[in-house]
Amino acid sequence: MRYWDEHMECMERGTLQEIQLKRLVETVKRVYTSVPYYRKKMQELGLIPEDVKDLSDLQKLPFTTKQDLRDNYPYGLFAVPLSEIVRIHASSGTTGKPTVVGYTKHDIGIWSEVMARTLVAAGADKHSFVQIAYGYGLFTGGLGVHYGAERIGASVIPISSGNTKRQIQLMVDFGTTLLACTPSYALYLAETMEEMGIDKSQLKLKSGVFGAEPWSENMRKEIESKLNIKAYDIYGLSEIIGPGVAFECEYQCGMHINEDHFLPEIINPETGEVLGEGEYGELVFTTITKEGLPLIRYRTRDITALHYDRCKCGRTLVRMEKVIGRTDDMIIIRGVNVFPSQIESVLLEMGEVEPHYQLIVDRVNNLDVLEVLVEVSERMFSDEVKKLEQLEKKITKAIEDTLGISVKVRLVEPKTIERSEGKAKRVIDKRKI
Amino acid sequence: MYVKQISVFLENKSGRLAEVTSILGKNNIDISALSIADTTDFGILRLIVNKPDLALQVLKENGFTVSATDVIAIAVEDKPGGLAKVLDILYKNDIGIEYMYAFVGKITDEALVILKVENGDYAVNVLKENNVRILSANEVYSL
Repeated sequence: MRYWDEHMECMERGTLQEIQLKRLVETVKRVYTSVPYYRKKMQELGLIPEDVKDLSDLQKLPFTTKQDLRDNYPYGLFAVPLSEIVRIHASSGTTGKPTVVGYTKHDIGIWSEVMARTLVAAGADKHSFVQIAYGYGLFTGGLGVHYGAERIGASVIPISSGNTKRQIQLMVDFGTTLLACTPSYALYLAETMEEMGIDKSQLKLKSGVFGAEPWSENMRKEIESKLNIKAYDIYGLSEIIGPGVAFECEYQCGMHINEDHFLPEIINPETGEVLGEGEYGELVFTTITKEGLPLIRYRTRDITALHYDRCKCGRTLVRMEKVIGRTDDMIIIRGVNVFPSQIESVLLEMGEVEPHYQLIVDRVNNLDVLEVLVEVSERMFSDEVKKLEQLEKKITKAIEDTLGISVKVRLVEPKTIERSEGKAKRVIDKRKI
Repeated sequence: MYVKQISVFLENKSGRLAEVTSILGKNNIDISALSIADTTDFGILRLIVNKPDLALQVLKENGFTVSATDVIAIAVEDKPGGLAKVLDILYKNDIGIEYMYAFVGKITDEALVILKVENGDYAVNVLKENNVRILSANEVYSL
């Protein structure tokens, strides 16, 4: 089984666009009549639902942000009476009020469908044993994958997260074939397996779907070799539906967006202008089938690019690249968007550098300058100036090749870059603009 | 035949060298030679001390990036042309010098030189064949 829904996944673009337009028009009508917030926003822009006649009219509509969800906490943006809501999920709320999302019975059905597509693309079928080690609860990961796995008729092992040794024992005893969890937890499982003296040959594991946090290609290779599986990236966010917004196929050249349900755009995060195919910008989604919490042009803050050329797998669904960063940590240097994560991956690829680094942006003679501080580790240290200067040049060139702008790399002593318990402070912007 | 040299990565900012020497001092480690190679941004401090293993350990414990390298210590005649004679031997035998520095010993008629060369074993043989005095590690550490 290669596809879950071949008809929708491999449809000609023209036909897909007709479906998208019909659903978009319905959605806009629905939010205009049922969500006072959207009616007010559209009225402010002088828009009525009839103004949306074409897919390109999407650009006329207002954006929705996480802040809008918070301002309307908890149910202000719901488009159906609360009696129609059958499930509520929410974010943890660590950075403010939690964002609350609600699903109708129909919404849960859509979610199950898109997750079924995701799991089938990762090699699952009704004979599979799917171990779900994502957390169950208000977080969408666990139950999202759960309903998708049930939809395809796989045997679900709903173990949730934690209890690592038991996870591994059950994986062996129950013959798990597909693992679903965060990529970092997959690595932790592999390490614990080694400690327990369980060899990967004792597992029946064939593949895994990993998401909910950013991960690199190097991490993919490590998971694949340590667990002897094929590791698939998945993408989702609770505001749009949860996991299953986009998924990788066996060719792993970007994640197919389920765009018969979620209409993607890429915008310039500064100006809001819509960008073309292959251009990097902020990913924006409009849900076009959801009933409970339809969102118009929701800004994900994730930076990626879209590709519409046909994939070798036969799916016509647009592909999004791995998220390269977030608008919250993007810096613009001489007009070029730079993400700390890009520099981190350069340093990791070089292999000889610990990824302790900091970016210092300054403006000298009206020109932005980027200085990259890199801590010298014992592994890269040499008693010869020549070798350290070569290393400095090598790092400089690798970063310049990736970013396309000139940088100054400065080697610094270990532990001089500030460590933080949570998110590392990667950027110091000294520009006074 | 080799002497263990301690190399320390230092950023070019004030007080760093003082910190290294103070850590060594507190641990009763005696410095017999030192040199600094520097660029605009950083420097490499090279040290010959009486207890290289301990020096390596305490500097690491204090968060410095440190490594130990084998270098050759030789004694040359302390008179005009003394060093030139040795360098000529190395040149004629095609031995490239990566870096060198001289230091003062307590022996009056000889100048002491630390050499880091590309092919240490070969260099040691060539120097021996040419009757250049190579100092043993113990000899250097006790200077």
